[in-house]
Amino acid sequence: MGTFGGPTTSSPEQKASRLSRSAEPTRTRSAPGGMSRYFQDVGAIIWKDVISELRTKEMLSSMVVFAVLVILIFNFALEVSGVAPDLIVPGVLWVAITFAGILGLNRSMASEKDKGCLEGLMLCPVDRSAIFLGKMLGNVIFMLIVEVVVVPVLSVLFNLPILMPWLILIVVLGTFGFATVGTLLSTVAVNTRTREVMLPVLLFPIIVPLIIASVKATRAIIIGQAWADILPWLQLLGAFDVIFLVVCLLVFQFVIQE
Amino acid sequence: MGEGSFRISRVLGWATLVFMVAGLYAAFIYAPREVTMGDVQRIFYFHLAAAWLMMLAFGVVFAGSILYLVKKDRKWDIIAAASAEIAVVFSFVVMTTGPIWAKSAWGAWWTWDPRLTSTLVLWIVFIGYLMLRGSITDRSRRASISSVYGIVGFVDVPIVFMSIRWWRTIHPQLFNGLDMQMAPPMILTLMVCLVAFSLLYVFFLLQRIRLETMRDEVELLKQDISY
Repeated sequence: MGTFGGPTTSSPEQKASRLSRSAEPTRTRSAPGGMSRYFQDVGAIIWKDVISELRTKEMLSSMVVFAVLVILIFNFALEVSGVAPDLIVPGVLWVAITFAGILGLNRSMASEKDKGCLEGLMLCPVDRSAIFLGKMLGNVIFMLIVEVVVVPVLSVLFNLPILMPWLILIVVLGTFGFATVGTLLSTVAVNTRTREVMLPVLLFPIIVPLIIASVKATRAIIIGQAWADILPWLQLLGAFDVIFLVVCLLVFQFVIQE
Repeated sequence: MGEGSFRISRVLGWATLVFMVAGLYAAFIYAPREVTMGDVQRIFYFHLAAAWLMMLAFGVVFAGSILYLVKKDRKWDIIAAASAEIAVVFSFVVMTTGPIWAKSAWGAWWTWDPRLTSTLVLWIVFIGYLMLRGSITDRSRRASISSVYGIVGFVDVPIVFMSIRWWRTIHPQLFNGLDMQMAPPMILTLMVCLVAFSLLYVFFLLQRIRLETMRDEVELLKQDISY
């Protein structure tokens, strides 16, 4: 910690920037080159979000409780007892992840905006794409923590063993894509008058392919389908993640410019 | 927009009217009755014309958004916004004429076919685009932010189409698109309708650009008075 806000100089000269940060032992270890410097910036932004969440615990607790409530509501809405659980569980899992994710995304960007942190971030001598990556990976971390709770709870409540190694890959890929588009669009949404209401309206239609691929892949894993049936969905998830990561990195600068 | 372009748009308006009437005549009277589907097939001429123009209009939103972000010229933002509004209107035509035809031909108002579903998603994306524009007050901020969403939304469409096609292949393929043999009068009717809708699109676009340019002028005049 203590690295956020960073040095006041963005001088490319390594020695000068090294001197100014001599008080920070963690950063002097690796020489600040172009690439490692960039990832240090990203790491600092992630760390800032993690620290602030550890101090308030506002976001994670509400996300977890909300996700569990979604599962509970679905249990009653769908009258699960008679139906084969493997038909329902993948859908419930991804609806819970999506809704909890929306909650987290709104919270994450609203706090930046309300406390004037976004201006602070923009004043930092870091690349705009580093701000995006930092916020995005922070959102990924929070969503993964929620999922670590939600997946076992779902498994217990629906009496279906879904904790499989390949499921982790699907959940990580799906979360990555969701957080990529979600971080961009939550930044878009905080700039509007309606704010929180705007994010689902903008985000849900965009993530339709992501939801299709995630639900299909999750179901295929649960019922133990052949690898050839699972692979296309994983490829689709991967393609979605890569395409939108590139697009979001390219356009993010236009969303936060003053 | 000067006086010259105003005259062009008036000529265009009359040309649109002529072609629209011709298209109605061709679709309802000139074109032969389709053997298997009957008269309901006649809606297809307007449906397909609106669908093509809808795709074109969404393409213009995408191009306008990119050009705005590159050149920062307000002109491109106006074009993108105008085109998005028209595209949503044409989508509405597509989404109402389609089910009317489908109910008679397929026996269902709606199927989760890739083409139908991606059109629906595209439509919702651009309704969201217009809502987004409506809820940002600052003009240059609205322009760049809505451009970003215009690009993200358009990039999403092919991915949606691919994903739904894979999604459906696991289920039985019920309908195989619009495979129909068309007689020459039918093709001619389709062409007339297509020209009519294209003219209508350009006419609407010019009107909308003119309106937005006038709004800008009024805004400038207001600022002049208040200072």
